[in-house]
Amino acid sequence: MSDDILSTVAFDAEGYLVNPDDWTPELAEAIAAREGIQLTEKHWQVINFCRQKAAETGKSPTLRQISVGTGISTKELFQLFPKGPAKRVAKIAGLKKPEGCI
Amino acid sequence: MAKTLLILGAGTGGTMVANKMAHHLDLNEWRIIVIDRDEKHYYQPGFLFIPFGMYAASDVVRPKRNFLPPTVEVRFAEVERIEPDKNRVLLGSDGRAIYYDYLVIATGSHIHPEETPGLVDGGAWMKNIFTFYSLEGAVQLAKFLKFWKGGRLVLNVAEMPIKCPVAPLEFLFLADWFFHERGIRDKVEIVYTTPLPGAFTKPRASAILGNMLEERHIHLVPDFYLMEVDTGKQVIRSYDGQEVEYDLLVSVPVNTGARVIRESGLGDELGFVPIDKHTLQSTQWENIWVIGDAGNAPTSKAGSVAHFMLDVVVENLLRHMEGLEPLPKFDGHANCFIESGFDKGILIDFNYEVEPLPGKYPLPGIGPFSLLKESHVNHWGKMLFRWFYWNVLLKGGDMPFESQMSMAGKWV
Repeated sequence: MSDDILSTVAFDAEGYLVNPDDWTPELAEAIAAREGIQLTEKHWQVINFCRQKAAETGKSPTLRQISVGTGISTKELFQLFPKGPAKRVAKIAGLKKPEGCI
Repeated sequence: MAKTLLILGAGTGGTMVANKMAHHLDLNEWRIIVIDRDEKHYYQPGFLFIPFGMYAASDVVRPKRNFLPPTVEVRFAEVERIEPDKNRVLLGSDGRAIYYDYLVIATGSHIHPEETPGLVDGGAWMKNIFTFYSLEGAVQLAKFLKFWKGGRLVLNVAEMPIKCPVAPLEFLFLADWFFHERGIRDKVEIVYTTPLPGAFTKPRASAILGNMLEERHIHLVPDFYLMEVDTGKQVIRSYDGQEVEYDLLVSVPVNTGARVIRESGLGDELGFVPIDKHTLQSTQWENIWVIGDAGNAPTSKAGSVAHFMLDVVVENLLRHMEGLEPLPKFDGHANCFIESGFDKGILIDFNYEVEPLPGKYPLPGIGPFSLLKESHVNHWGKMLFRWFYWNVLLKGGDMPFESQMSMAGKWV
């Protein structure tokens, strides 16, 4: 069933949602499953924070912003979203790819 | 009573603003005060060359006062607190308040090696762990490298953003060249660990610079988020458990805005002041403007960027003083010479919208500089730049480049 929902929306080559309006909590569950992550309450705390931050600033938050903003340590964020939490959350939360600040 | 323009910080950005505003403002009506805690001006791009014996400490330090006009009041003091709701700052020495009508924040970004466990407190700081992001670190590293017989050199970038994001690459290229010249390149392994997904953030430059690392047998470890340094085992460890061994660790530590910005509650998570990225005005206080790497604009934290911001900050300050709306003119323009060793360099030129592209600069088709391509001329441009910096740029003189990026001469 999650395959169905994933096939109804468009992703870019790297797996980020093309149209942010397509995002729903069900879609987030499906994207997370594709990434091998089963969403818990703590995951949702991070996802909600990131969506709120992105709505305010127009940008996906950095790892530091997520850690400071949620009070969840960077180490734990890596356990929740292995291999680059900022990018992983952005995908699941239907946000743009975080800009590596340059 | 005279009105006050207060500038915090007399580094590249603050010095340029002071010079320009002293020229524009009627000094019967205005007084310009500059506050900085340090009497010395550091030519920070020069730190990179010190570890390799190309520059000495004396090449990169001058008295700040020399670059500020005599009409500007300069105070060397620590600023304890900024109170934007009261339009004043408090000095640390005597707690005195200085009131302002306009405030320009040019307090820069600063390294914090103590933020990473083990980096400083592991007992190996300045023994076999160094940074070239401070003058002292660069000088100590030069002494170390002079007699080093080889081993595994690891360059680590702890966290983005950092000041001058191309400097780590330049360090790697120069290290490769330096060990060649010393005849010990075959005894040195060079490893680059970075939290970025590749050599650089922008795709085309990242691919080209990534190839240059490969050609030089410099091993790239991307997506490496530094958690701690284990000086006992001589490894750096990432949050997801990767370990990289080192004999010599060169660190680009966590960068944050100035302490006073953080403690006054003016900064974001890293102490950078939130600004409108096109007008350079504070998003919270309309009489506060930010130049250079003290702000959170999503562009490089580099002197060239501060220079390109200058005209926008000055024009917008003057407009605001006349009751006019600020203009959204800053486009994120950055322009960096990248030393690549063997007397060659690369030049990249980009802004918020356009990534670094190949081409010629500043004259389309002619140059003399080549964009995103190695050349000897680019290297000499970088070497001559120090003269321009001390003699022209800081004093707000005209450089032969436009503030806004141009697409002319770029190959798309």
